[in-house]
Amino acid sequence: MSEHEFRPKSKVGQWFNDRLPLLTLANHLTDYPTPKNLNYWWTFGGILTFCLITQIVTGLTLAMHYIAHADMAFESVEHIMRDVNYGWLIRYIHANGASMFFLAVYIHIFRSLFYGSYKSPREIIWILGIIIYLLMMAAAFMGYVLPWGQMSFWGATVITNLFSAIPLVGEGIVTWLWGGYSVDNPTLTRFFTLHYLIPFLILGLVVLHIWALHVPGNNNPVGIDIKKPSKDTVPFHPYIVIKDGFALLMFMIVFAFFVFYSPNILGHADNYIEANPMVTPAHIVPEWYLLPFYAILRSVPDKLLGVVAMLSAILILAVLPWLDTSKIRSAVFRPLYKQFYWILVADVLILGYVGAMPAEGLYLLIARVATAYYFLHFLVILPVLGFKEKTIPIPLSITEPVLGGTPNLAMAKKKESKIE
Amino acid sequence: MNAFIKFCLIISLIISIFSQSIAAEKVDYLKTDWSFKGLFGKFDRASLQRGYQVYTEVCAACHSMKYLSYRNLSEKGGPEFSVEQAKAIAASFEVVDGPNADGEMFTRPAKLSDKFVMPYENEKAAQAANGGAYPPDMSVLVKARGGGVDYIYSLLQGYETAPAGMILDEGVHYNKYMYGNKIKMSAPLSDGIIEYGDGTTASVEQMSKDVTTFLMWAAEPHLEARHRMGFKAIIYLIILTTLVYFSMKKIWSRIESEV
Repeated sequence: MSEHEFRPKSKVGQWFNDRLPLLTLANHLTDYPTPKNLNYWWTFGGILTFCLITQIVTGLTLAMHYIAHADMAFESVEHIMRDVNYGWLIRYIHANGASMFFLAVYIHIFRSLFYGSYKSPREIIWILGIIIYLLMMAAAFMGYVLPWGQMSFWGATVITNLFSAIPLVGEGIVTWLWGGYSVDNPTLTRFFTLHYLIPFLILGLVVLHIWALHVPGNNNPVGIDIKKPSKDTVPFHPYIVIKDGFALLMFMIVFAFFVFYSPNILGHADNYIEANPMVTPAHIVPEWYLLPFYAILRSVPDKLLGVVAMLSAILILAVLPWLDTSKIRSAVFRPLYKQFYWILVADVLILGYVGAMPAEGLYLLIARVATAYYFLHFLVILPVLGFKEKTIPIPLSITEPVLGGTPNLAMAKKKESKIE
Repeated sequence: MNAFIKFCLIISLIISIFSQSIAAEKVDYLKTDWSFKGLFGKFDRASLQRGYQVYTEVCAACHSMKYLSYRNLSEKGGPEFSVEQAKAIAASFEVVDGPNADGEMFTRPAKLSDKFVMPYENEKAAQAANGGAYPPDMSVLVKARGGGVDYIYSLLQGYETAPAGMILDEGVHYNKYMYGNKIKMSAPLSDGIIEYGDGTTASVEQMSKDVTTFLMWAAEPHLEARHRMGFKAIIYLIILTTLVYFSMKKIWSRIESEV
C-alpha cells in the first residue's frame, strides 16, 4: 500500500515505467485502500462497468449485421435473430443488458443518496455520474429507435417533438433534429451514429469518475472520513475484487434469466410491428427505466413547463451536494432523513408506475402529487432537514465506534472469545 | 431495517390496490398447456407440422410470413420436416426470378433458400383484397401482440354472435378477445376445414393450438436452443458463484471483518 514508493522489480519494468508509468497505475489499482466495511450496495460500481463493456461488445457485433435504413432496419434485426450465428443471443443480451444497466445504475444512485456519497469532497464524482446517467438515457432512447418498430418510431416522434416546446426556435430545432419534416430515414441514420458514439463518451467519463473516486477514496456505510491506508481499510485486490466478483456473478444469474427465459418481457409487444407512420399505437410508452421522468413530463398541463419539469428533475440531482445541508453523510446516523429517503424511493416507484398508465383520472392526480413531492424533497425537505435534524453521534472510526460496537467489532470480539 | 420493512409493506399495499384496479379491465384468455413454456420447454414436433398445414392451407391465403425461408422447415428445433419434404413443399410454390440473360423476368418453382411466397404482391394489394384491412405478416405476430400465444389461441376461438345492441358494419365480425371486439377477419377455422395428414381430428381447438404453436416457432425459431443454453449457463453460473463465495469467505477470514 505504498504507491508512492512503488518501483518495478525488473530492469525492463523500470525502464518502461520511467517512460510510461502504467505499472505504477496497476500497482495503485491493486493496492488502492478501500474501507473494509463496504456492504453489497457498493458492488454496483463494478457491476456497472461490466454492463458497459457488455453493451459495447454486443453492440459492436450487432452493428456488423444491422442496416440503418428505414426500409431495412426491421428486416435486418429479424435477420440477426434468425440467420446470424447466435444473433438471437447477442441481441437479447444487448436489449436486456440495457435494462440491467439501468437497474444497476438506479441501485448505485440510491446507494449514494442513502449514504451521502455525493457530499464533500466527492461532488465531482457525483456530477460526473449524473452526466453519465444523462448520456445513458440518450443512448438507451436512441438504441430503442434502431429496430424501427412501432414503439421505436412513435417514441422517437414523441421525444423529439418535446423540443418544439422551446419558444420561437422550437419547430426549427425539431426539423433540424429529424433531418426532414418527420421522423424518417435521416433520423434513423443519425440516431445510429450517435448510439454508436455515446457509449465511448460514457467510457471516457467512467475513467474520470473512477479517477475522481480514487482521490478522496470510497465513502463507506458509516460515512466518516477514514485514514488510508489503516486498519480500517483493505487493499482493493484481492478483498474487493473477489467481493465485487461474487456480487457480479449473482447479478449475472438474474441477467441470464431474463436473456434466456423471458427476453421480451421488458420490451413492448408493439416494437415487433414494423414502424408505420400512418398508424399510431394506442399507448405510447417509453422503456421502464424512463417512466418516472415520463410521468413528470405528462403531469404538467403545459408542454414547455412539462419539458422543463422533466429536465429539472434530472438536473436537480447535479446540485444535490449543495441542497443537502447536513454535515452527516450516512443516513444511518440521520433518523429523519432515513424516513424521507424511503418515502422518496416509494415516490419514484409510484412515478414509474403511473408513467406506464394512461395520463387521465386518478393516475394523473397521483402523478401530480408524486411530482410535487419529488421536487419538495430536494428543494425544501433536504435543505431544512440539515438544520433541524437531531443526528445520532457518529463513531470516530470504523473499528472503534463510540456506540457500543458496530456489527464488525462485535463480530471480531465474538471470534476472539471463541479462540480463548 | 425497521424503515425498510415499513417501506416494503407500503409498496406491496400500493401494488395490490393498483393490480386489482387493472385486473378489472383485463381479459381472461383461454388457457392450454404449451409444451414450449418453462425451463426445458420444447416444441411438440407433430403439432408444429400440423400447425404448418393449418397455416399453409388456411392462413396463408391472406397472411404473409416474409421472414421465413423454406429451408427453416427442415432445420433443427422447428417442424423438422425432412429435407426432401421441405424441398417438395418449396417446389409447390412459384417465385418470380430474374432477370435472365435476355433481361426477362421468369417464374420457377421455389427452392429451400427462397423466402415464403407472399399471398399478395404488396401491402396495398393485400388491403384492396381484404376490405381495407391489412392481414398482418405472421413472422413475428406472436411477439407483436400483448397476450402472445394465449391471445392468438383465444382469438381464433373467440368468434361469437355480437351481443344485442352492437351494430357491426358490413364485413366486420364480433370477436370476444379482439381489442374493441370488432375484427375484419371472418372466423378462419371451422371443424374439419382441413384434414390432418396424421389422422388427428381437426377441431377448431386443435387447429388453434397447432397453428399457434407454429406461429410461436416462426417468431422464435431458436427457442429450443435458447432454453438449452440458458439452463447450462445458469447452472454454470450457480456453481461458479458458489466457488467464488467460498473463496471470498476464505480470503476475508484473514482480517477482522465480515462479508
